[in-house]
Amino acid sequence: MPLELTKIRNDFPILSQKVHNKPLVYFDNGATTQKPWEVINRITEYYKTENSNVHRGTHYLSQIATDHFENARKYISEFIGANNQRELIFTKGATESINLVATSMSDYINPDDEIIVTAMEHHSNMVPWQQLCLKRKANLKHLTIQPDGSLDLNKLERLISPSTKILAISHISNVLGTINPIKEIVRIAHKHNIPVLVDGAQAIAHIKVDVQDLDCDFYAFSAHKAYGPMGMGALFGKAEWLDRLSPYQFGGEMISTVSFNRTTFNEIPYKFEAGTPDVAGALGMEAGLRYIDKLGIDNIRKHEDDLLEYATAKVKEIEGVSVIGESKDKTAVLSLVIEGIHPFDLGTLLDQMGIAVRTGNHCAQPLMSCLNISGTLRASFGLYNTKDEVDIFIVGLKKAISMLV
Amino acid sequence: MTIKEKAQSIVDEFSMFDDWMDKYSYLIELGKELPLIDEKYKNETHLISGCQSRVWLHAEDAKGIIRFTADSDAVITKGIISLLIKVLSGSTPNEIVNADFNFLDEIGLKSHLSPTRANGLVSMVKQMQLYARAFKIKLNN
Repeated sequence: MPLELTKIRNDFPILSQKVHNKPLVYFDNGATTQKPWEVINRITEYYKTENSNVHRGTHYLSQIATDHFENARKYISEFIGANNQRELIFTKGATESINLVATSMSDYINPDDEIIVTAMEHHSNMVPWQQLCLKRKANLKHLTIQPDGSLDLNKLERLISPSTKILAISHISNVLGTINPIKEIVRIAHKHNIPVLVDGAQAIAHIKVDVQDLDCDFYAFSAHKAYGPMGMGALFGKAEWLDRLSPYQFGGEMISTVSFNRTTFNEIPYKFEAGTPDVAGALGMEAGLRYIDKLGIDNIRKHEDDLLEYATAKVKEIEGVSVIGESKDKTAVLSLVIEGIHPFDLGTLLDQMGIAVRTGNHCAQPLMSCLNISGTLRASFGLYNTKDEVDIFIVGLKKAISMLV
Repeated sequence: MTIKEKAQSIVDEFSMFDDWMDKYSYLIELGKELPLIDEKYKNETHLISGCQSRVWLHAEDAKGIIRFTADSDAVITKGIISLLIKVLSGSTPNEIVNADFNFLDEIGLKSHLSPTRANGLVSMVKQMQLYARAFKIKLNN
């Protein structure tokens, strides 16, 4: 079913704004998405009528807040196809989710062990593993990519060794838009009893995510890239893993009994949620995902694929433009370089025309050096973007290029 | 001309433009007049941190007068550093250290550049003043 774009755009108050006196064209959805009224209202409503601390009060408001918070956990875990809401830990975002696993895994990493990432990882799914390796004198290995921006999947078996302890990989690349074959990768890793963590930050709002079907051991994602609030996210982890791992932050909420000498920890998910959680954030996150579900993730996928195809064909007509990342399985992200022109110059001039894009290395410096480029201009689409906006972007791009050459 | 006078003439030139395209075209043109840094100085030591595009800056002391040379891989950034050099080059270390940079606000450069680039602008000014301070100390010794 095609999306009703006029109606949808009215759901997002920020989109009617003018930037430098021009209608805003927001093509920076890979960095963060805008928020619909449903999300904004849900957060406001919480603070207006439900605010209270969760899991401890005997009073009415605390009970309401706890119920809603736990319902959000249930809804979000179902949204990603998890079997049990105990397997869903609230965090402040994909980055914290990954750091949680990397820190808690530390006990299992010994000198000369190996951790595998890929060449296309965002720093948030690279640096935590690299630092863990440095701390534990282990080795970080990476799976390379092919010229079209897809992974060298046939090299994975050779990269795996008896010392490999975990494989960490993004579901969708934030630079290339490549959708990685997670199911196949998990199958290979599990053959060798290696757990897999998936960084789903770029996937959650764009394609159907089903952690049981993927069979991954961990799945990390953020609310703010899925039409929800910033500073909120979640980690899915299989119960068998979460039960084994030690907590990485300590305090209230996550304990069961405490004496001066010892503490017994609470059960999952609570043993990983020290301190008062961001209840409004969890409710906002739920509202964002409900919004996606209302429109239908498959309809969104189809719409964004169409936009990508349309925009890709249009930019390729412009002289000197190369598209970075042309895997046959990709979505929502269009990265490009233009011969002889610095992406920052383009980004600055496009901004003057009201067009928001991202320029630079996109927090993926190792990928940039693999591709031998210093940065790209990235247009990343969301469910509210239109072909008319792509046309404005193309006109703007041509204008900027004419000023810069 | 003093720094103040040079800054004022830049402000005057910018005030003639009423649309952003002319402003940026002018900046890009300014970049073409940039006194280019000697290739041998285009290294890590001369790179200014805090800019999203790369900017190399060098300063030379010619009898108590500072002359700057620079380069960048982005043309708008090149225009900005060129503008700063136009205003500051040829002055004494003391004048540069005490210079007033309000003219950047007046020409709308600070607010019209993206935040990261505005930070880059601040880093450029800081680095130029750092050179001036170093020369000042050398002169006093």
